[in-house]
Order: sequence, then structure tokens, then C-alpha cells
Amino acid sequence: MRLLTGTLFALAVATFVGLGMTYFALSRGAAFGALPIESWVAWPKTGTVDADPYARASIARAGRLPVALGDGVSFTVQADDNGKLLDGRCDIVLSGITPAARFWTLTLYNNDGDLIANSINRYGFTSEEIVRRADGNFEIVVAPRANPGNWLPTGGIERYQLVLRLYDTAVGVSTKAGREVPMPAISTRSCP
Amino acid sequence: MIRWLLLLLGGVLLGGVVHLATVIILPRTATQDAYARLTPIAPVNTVVALPLPSPEKAVMPFMDPAFASAVCRYDLSEGPLKLTVPVSPAYTSVSFYTRHDVAYYAINDRAAGRRVIELDLMTAAQHEQVPEDEEITAADRLIVESPTPTGVIAIRAMAPEPGLMPVALGAVAASRCVRQTEPARTKK
Repeated sequence: MRLLTGTLFALAVATFVGLGMTYFALSRGAAFGALPIESWVAWPKTGTVDADPYARASIARAGRLPVALGDGVSFTVQADDNGKLLDGRCDIVLSGITPAARFWTLTLYNNDGDLIANSINRYGFTSEEIVRRADGNFEIVVAPRANPGNWLPTGGIERYQLVLRLYDTAVGVSTKAGREVPMPAISTRSCP
Repeated sequence: MIRWLLLLLGGVLLGGVVHLATVIILPRTATQDAYARLTPIAPVNTVVALPLPSPEKAVMPFMDPAFASAVCRYDLSEGPLKLTVPVSPAYTSVSFYTRHDVAYYAINDRAAGRRVIELDLMTAAQHEQVPEDEEITAADRLIVESPTPTGVIAIRAMAPEPGLMPVALGAVAASRCVRQTEPARTKK
């Protein structure tokens, strides 16, 4: 009897710990070879055959096709530079420049990867659409209500993520965070 | 007390094994991976244009709304495949994925260096059967080896602004992936 309860206890712990860790790892999108630059993070290796088992599992679970490394690199951000999670009810400002790439796109998704409905049917910007200042820097306002300039509507949802995809770029597996890869700064300007 | 602590430790260690096993097995058992999502809408060895993603529905999560995309779900068991993609004015890329959605190759319009991206997709075994002289005479023919007999090719053309989307849609719609009717080795 003691052996039985002991075994069942150990197996229950194993199931709980094992499945819990798997769920946690995949819902966090964990994989090796992360390239964090300021608040942004990319997993260039996920778009190659060298993708590790965690990357493979999270790709399969999400049901997406990752951006292949020969195509581009995809950076994600979920919190501003102060670590505050992006809130669709606040006005959030992205400012600065992006690493060198032939084209880039910035897209707003909810945490399931769906686009967010809004009154002007704008889901993101491309590098060609953006209005820049004379020095090449740009400012994008991500906010629930219309703003002058580059306005990206949030639809007022609570949590979202921004994905910056660089196409035809030198940024990749061997890139180190630094001067050559400047990412836009993100700050929460005002919250209701 | 010590007995329970040991059991707990054993359980945690075993949990680590369970964790690793589930992570490794998951891609093989996923029923809603990208390949499975494409299966009902994309017949084998044909280019199928995907509808543009919208908030109401998208074929896959995290699709880039600035791109027109099409897929060719391929099966090389009957022979190699020939892929032709006309280049759109802005940016066009072709990415190759295995059956389990791992990207193994990608090429863009600039790397291809011409108006039409043309390449042959085959398995390693089929590549070995291509006669050497043929490979030399067709030096400008790009051959891509697929690590798995089935998989997905994603063809994507960018619309830098919404007004250019029809052009991008036209480019991906004009793409072709066809099985090579004549096996390369019978050609003279």
C-alpha cells in the first residue's frame, strides 16, 4: 500500500511538473538563441533548419509559418521600455529608426496572432507608408483614438503585441545587439 | 518524511523527462499546425492564393497583412516539382517549409536576380539521379533539396502601400508549381 501511494504520488508530481513546464514554455514562446534588442526580441534561428525542439513545438502549437531567415527576421515586443505591458487603452509612442533592411513592416496583433478590427482598417505600417522627420527618424502613435501623424489603432483591446519584420536584411543568427541594430524606443505616453 | 521528499524529488526528475518528451513529440501530434490548416484549402502540387488576413478570419495566425501570399503544398513522391514565380515590383520571396513547418530555404527577388524566380524542388534521392551533364548545361537552374517528401512552399509579394495590393496579388496568382512531366533523366 505504501509503495502504491508513493508511486502514484511520484507519477502525479511528474505529470504536473512535466506538462506544466511544457505548457509554460510554449505559451511563453521560449526557444534558444533569442536575440533581445532593447524591448524587442527575435529568434532568427527559428526560421532555419537549426530550429530547436522548443521553437519547433511552439511553431506547431501556434499553427503559423515562421519567417524564414533568407526572407527576413521578425522582432516582437509586448512591453514598453519600462517593462509595462502594452495596453491598448493607452497612447504608446514608438520612435527612432530600424536596422537596415530593404523593407520592413510593423503589425499589431492580439496575443493569439489575430489582427484587430478598427475604424480605418489599418493593421500596421510598411517602411514606405511611414511619415518620417527630416533626419529619417519616425514616430508612430499606437493608440485607441485618432492621432495626427502615423497612427496605429489598437481597437481599445487590453493586451497586444507589435511585430516588426525586417525583409532582406543582414540581421540574422550572427547579429549581436548594438549600434548596428537600432530598434525603435517604446514609451507609454498617457493612460486614461 | 524523508521518504516523501525522495518521492517528490523523483517525481520532479521524471517530470523533466515528461517535459522533454512532450516538447519533442508535440510537432508530430499537432492537429492545428500550419500544414494542417492549409490541407483543406490547398490541393497538392498546385499554387493556391490565400485570402488576405482580416480581423474576422485568417488562414494562419501572425500573417503579415502587407503581403499577398500563396502556398503550394507539395508531395515529391511522384517526382520533382518546378516552381515559377513572377517577381512583383516591390519585394517577392519564396520560402520552403518541411511537413512540420520548419523553414529550410528561402530566396527573394534580389537574390534570384531576375524577373522570374525559377527553381526545381526535389528530394536528395531525386537530386542524385539528375545526370551530371544535365546539371552543367542547366547551370542557371536553381535546384532546392527538400529534406522531407512533403511540405509547403510559401510565395509572398509585398504591397508597400494598400494601392499596390492588386499588383502583388497578381504576381502570386501567376505563380506555378507543377510536377515535371518528363523525368529529367530521360531527356537527351
